[in-house]
Amino acid sequence: MTLRIIYFARLRERFGMAEESLDFAGVTAADLVAALQVRGGAWAEELAAGRAFRVAVNQDIVALDAALPDGAEVAIFPPVTGG
Amino acid sequence: MKIVVQSEPFDLGAEVDAMRAGRTDIGAIASFVGLARDMNAGSGVAAMTLEHYPGMTEKALARLVDDANARWALLDITVIHRIGRLLPGDPIVLVAVASPHRGEAFAACEFIKDFLKTQAPFWKKEETPEGTRWVEARASDDAAAARWSRD
Repeated sequence: MTLRIIYFARLRERFGMAEESLDFAGVTAADLVAALQVRGGAWAEELAAGRAFRVAVNQDIVALDAALPDGAEVAIFPPVTGG
Repeated sequence: MKIVVQSEPFDLGAEVDAMRAGRTDIGAIASFVGLARDMNAGSGVAAMTLEHYPGMTEKALARLVDDANARWALLDITVIHRIGRLLPGDPIVLVAVASPHRGEAFAACEFIKDFLKTQAPFWKKEETPEGTRWVEARASDDAAAARWSRD
């Protein structure tokens, strides 16, 4: 499936990109995170187990075991700090 | 109901006047205004820049407003959150709640503010003498939101 992935705030800066289109062979958000970790460097550091980040699918925050629908807009970002 | 994300400043008085204009069923309006401070985590803050996730932000704020309406008898809600670069003293966020009596207005205003801090996709980046830094989420904000959960 193809996913549109968007990054925000510190993650956008560390990954050096705001968004990308990705051909993805996995099923869940956790599979996607694992696929991104394999890139190494900032990807491996920021998405390591125990690091605080959130995943939203089509603009709703989901748990890592959530299945990703084809064509989904997936956002990965740090815990929010508005208000 | 009014939910707006904007770079421009807002006027608390004008927003409250707009809520009560032409109606006489409102007994109380509780409002909260959050301001940019000149100090955070031990460093002076010269300015901050607020980033958000367009689309999801509005959706998350609408859900908070719906949740508040389901929980209390409310007459109107206004939420305005600013984005972009702000200076110390600038208003960041406004939450105003109108209801027949004060109890619901106070409670719903605090409820919306507590969940906005943990659910709405905004991020702050501060300019300090040591350089720029992203603000880290605080456990106390999660605790403030958690106290609203019903067993």
